[in-house]
Amino acid sequence: MTGYHLAQLNVGLVRAPTDSPELADFMAGIDPVNAIADAEPGFVWRLQDGDGPGATAVRPRGPDLMINMSVWKSLEALRDFVYRSGPHLDFMRRRRNWFHRMAEEYLVLWWVPAGHLPDVDEGMSRLDLLRSNGPSPLAFTFRDPYAAPPPSSGGPEQRSLQHR
Amino acid sequence: MNEISVVAVLSDPVRRRLYDYIARQPHAVSRSEAAEAAGIQRTLAAFHLDRLAEAGLVDVTFRRLAGQAGPGAGRPAKLYRRAATEYQVSVPPRDYRAAAELLAEVVDVTGAEPELQRSARSRGAAAGRAARWEVPDQSPPDLIAGALAAQGYQPYRDGADIRLRNCPFHVLASRYPPLICGMNLALVEGLLEGAAVTALEATLDPRPGDCCVVVCKAGVSKTSQS
Repeated sequence: MTGYHLAQLNVGLVRAPTDSPELADFMAGIDPVNAIADAEPGFVWRLQDGDGPGATAVRPRGPDLMINMSVWKSLEALRDFVYRSGPHLDFMRRRRNWFHRMAEEYLVLWWVPAGHLPDVDEGMSRLDLLRSNGPSPLAFTFRDPYAAPPPSSGGPEQRSLQHR
Repeated sequence: MNEISVVAVLSDPVRRRLYDYIARQPHAVSRSEAAEAAGIQRTLAAFHLDRLAEAGLVDVTFRRLAGQAGPGAGRPAKLYRRAATEYQVSVPPRDYRAAAELLAEVVDVTGAEPELQRSARSRGAAAGRAARWEVPDQSPPDLIAGALAAQGYQPYRDGADIRLRNCPFHVLASRYPPLICGMNLALVEGLLEGAAVTALEATLDPRPGDCCVVVCKAGVSKTSQS
């Protein structure tokens, strides 16, 4: 029987290069905020790429689109971290200082089998799905969430998620 | 019970005092504590607390107090907490929440958040100036706690900090957290500025059940003012 974990991807269009004074506060704040996430009991994994804090050097779509991706044990665990931890909430409150406004969805949530770690392509395709179809069981948001699939014993959905 | 009946339960002034006290506490309150706070006998408090519980305004839990255990230890203590359910009565029927959701969505999508924060700060400052004018000599923590209580935040002291049991925009804040929490922070920052209080500052530090905004001694907060 496999349970499910919650994956998330969020993207942002930076207003200036990461080594600029404009982004200094943001870049300096990433490691401390990530450390808080890592200490949360519901935290499972985060995308890191070694060239900067978190995944800040990953640019899947052009030089200005920054991404962040992680996996959590539950929707509540992620929600508590994103919106109920002081430092992260403060980061979010100040995001306009560092990121352009985005008319499209910039945060997507989806369920993955426990133990599965998504890659950037998987995350971006879930975001595309959300943007084109709106919230669905395969790609959703905090405002329109979907419950995890029932624990599977290797049914078709599980196979399709693993078949990459 | 319909919402008007529920709210009508609070028309008794003693019941109102009990409810207001319980609502402001971060812990579950015993009958003795509630009775003392409301200045009434324990048995009278018990009667009113049961009416509040029946109406769904307070929740009841049971806890063994320290030292009680095993048979013959006596009944566990009955404790009361403010219930989470929102009761709204408006006559004639008005639904500002529906409009607020629409407006919040538009601010979110158009990126007008900085303007929202500026407006909120300005509105908070007006409330701060009014509070200062009314009680010019009151100490800053009392003045600010009083102004926040008048706006429904249900403030309580936590050491040197003022924490808030209630977010006046609760449902809206859970749907648009950074937008509404940012607006709330700006409102309280404005309140402090308008009241000319420099010894205190507003910061974001959510605790389960509380509003995200905390008022603490200036200079110790970890969040930025930008």
